[in-house]
Amino acid sequence: MAGKTLYDKLWDSHLVHQDSDGTSLIYIDRHLVHEVTSPQAFEGLRIAGRKLWRNNTIVANPDHNTPTQNWDKGIEDPVSKLQVDTLDKNIKEFGSLVYFPFKDKNQGIIHVIGPEHGTTLPGMTVVCGDSHTSTHGAFGALAHGIGTSEVEHVMATQTLSAKKSKSMLVKVGGKLGVGITAKDVALAVIGITGTAGGTGYAIEFAGEVIRALSMEGRMTICNMAIEAGARAGIMAPDEKTEEYLKGKQYAPNADQWGAAVKYWNTLHSDEDADFDAVIELDGTDIQPQVTWGTSPEQVLPIGAAVPDPAKEADATKRTSIENALKYMGLTANTLITDIKLDKVFIGSCTNSRIEDLRAAAVVAKGKKVASNIGVAMVVPGSGIVKRQAEEDGLDKIFTDAGFEWREPGCSMCLAMNADRLSAGERCASTSNRNFEGRQGPGGRTHLVSPAMAAAAAIAGHFVDVRNV
Amino acid sequence: MKAFTQIIGLACPLDRANVDTDAIIPKQFLKSIKRTGFGPYLFDEWRYTNYGEPGMDCTKRPLNQDFVLNQVRYKGAQVMLARENFGCGSSREHAPWAIDDYGFRVIIAPSFADIFYNNCFKNGILPIVASAEVVDQLFKECEATEGYELNVDLPSQTVTMPSGESFSFEVNETSKRNLLNGLDEIGLTLMHAEKIKAFEVGHKDTQPWLFT
Repeated sequence: MAGKTLYDKLWDSHLVHQDSDGTSLIYIDRHLVHEVTSPQAFEGLRIAGRKLWRNNTIVANPDHNTPTQNWDKGIEDPVSKLQVDTLDKNIKEFGSLVYFPFKDKNQGIIHVIGPEHGTTLPGMTVVCGDSHTSTHGAFGALAHGIGTSEVEHVMATQTLSAKKSKSMLVKVGGKLGVGITAKDVALAVIGITGTAGGTGYAIEFAGEVIRALSMEGRMTICNMAIEAGARAGIMAPDEKTEEYLKGKQYAPNADQWGAAVKYWNTLHSDEDADFDAVIELDGTDIQPQVTWGTSPEQVLPIGAAVPDPAKEADATKRTSIENALKYMGLTANTLITDIKLDKVFIGSCTNSRIEDLRAAAVVAKGKKVASNIGVAMVVPGSGIVKRQAEEDGLDKIFTDAGFEWREPGCSMCLAMNADRLSAGERCASTSNRNFEGRQGPGGRTHLVSPAMAAAAAIAGHFVDVRNV
Repeated sequence: MKAFTQIIGLACPLDRANVDTDAIIPKQFLKSIKRTGFGPYLFDEWRYTNYGEPGMDCTKRPLNQDFVLNQVRYKGAQVMLARENFGCGSSREHAPWAIDDYGFRVIIAPSFADIFYNNCFKNGILPIVASAEVVDQLFKECEATEGYELNVDLPSQTVTMPSGESFSFEVNETSKRNLLNGLDEIGLTLMHAEKIKAFEVGHKDTQPWLFT
């Protein structure tokens, strides 16, 4: 019999019940909650007179609606304020393990704060009403996004009704070149799989490149698994995972540490495990990536030119290219490096951790943001990231260069707060989605790494970060 | 949850691949703390020529006449024809809430994004996966024939076209049962409460640090 994949091990160790058609109840260890996808779930519980099965699995914090400047003024949009106040009220009524209200010194993006406090651990199941929950797979946890009905289901039963996914191995071998980051790996993988290539799969990322990445880099890649269509991205835990977690508030304490590490060491795919699909790529070949269209799969290396729909034989794909070029205001065959920008956004659950900000600061140090860039903003992922960056002097580097240094939150990744693009504005963004209207109605988003975003801010157009 | 058994409904063709949930219901409408009232804002950025805000009276907003939902012949449509990877992107259940509130009960596409597909069943919407050839045929017939209605029957798992031609579709047993009976899934799961408690005991034994 073939060995088990990491996904098999995580699934099997949480299986509570299985129906004849494969529909299963899996036990949930960690439930992350934010203000946008939870109010209807809490309301559902209230109407049915139900309680939380285990309120000490909940880690909550508002992030989507919160402003990133002028915190002294509070939340000015009354609709946003009501949603944030509703989370406050619900957590007060139902309870939680961790709650950082708006303006708390530790508040931030839910997918940044969870790991920071050691509330995401190897061997766990993690859910959140948010598709970027896949981020937490970087720790060897089975983590994925769910809908609000499922949020309510997990709250009331501590289980999720689900069918097991197929398994895919994405193996990135070799060694990344200088200036190439986890974000470039994620985008390059999506360029191969397409945005639906991972649909129905849990993706395990492995190979020398993944092993060499920091936990921050690993989180960036797992975060983007959903953009390849996979609800979950997973990586086997190792010494780096242990080092990251040791001493964190909610990580196993000194008495439990040895037993926990021993268990975590079993969390890897067996040598003889079978995957339903395998994709291998050589990290050595990966170039800095830039998306040119309105789907993350519409991505190219920095040296390329925007595609020409006339050269596409498939009718549906041709229409997609035409639609994307039209929306993006681009002409076929334009060099990526000739694309001029209006705004730059460095932040989001994909790229707002300390390593991301350091990479951007290295590029920005001693330079000035180009005059055609209206706003270049840096939005740290959490209060902890912000303070760490300020201790390192990164805020000074950014503000000296003409970047705005903001308060933590989801910000312009999805523009639910005041940070947004105006119609026709073009932005280099370190976020995860370049969908139409994502960063503001009519806004045009190009996804890149933090270093590429900083380099674009300085040049006013895309440049190869390896040449600056 | 709302039950679904069978409908005969007007079809409406949305001829775009990779329709994401940001397009289905833009972010500004996610600020609502309710489950209802999203229908007027379904596909807001494609449907209207001005910027939509929560609470706006949509009957007074300028329509994008090129958008398929605004064509008189598709008024009252209950079956959406869509292309591959429908519902990709964010996990927002506001997307199926908006689709349901607008009046759609069925979506037929060659493929769906996983989270969106699950979310449909929780809201009495039947997502049907059909081959690309069948979907192509439905698009062509629907665009060529005004008043093109499909008969969607969940018990027999078939869709019948006006010509009498039909195709069958897959749906897993549990989702089918829940949808047919409009069952409350939480109530069903709580019938396994003892099993969940027993699991917790063993789980605590293996990974006690998850319970401190």
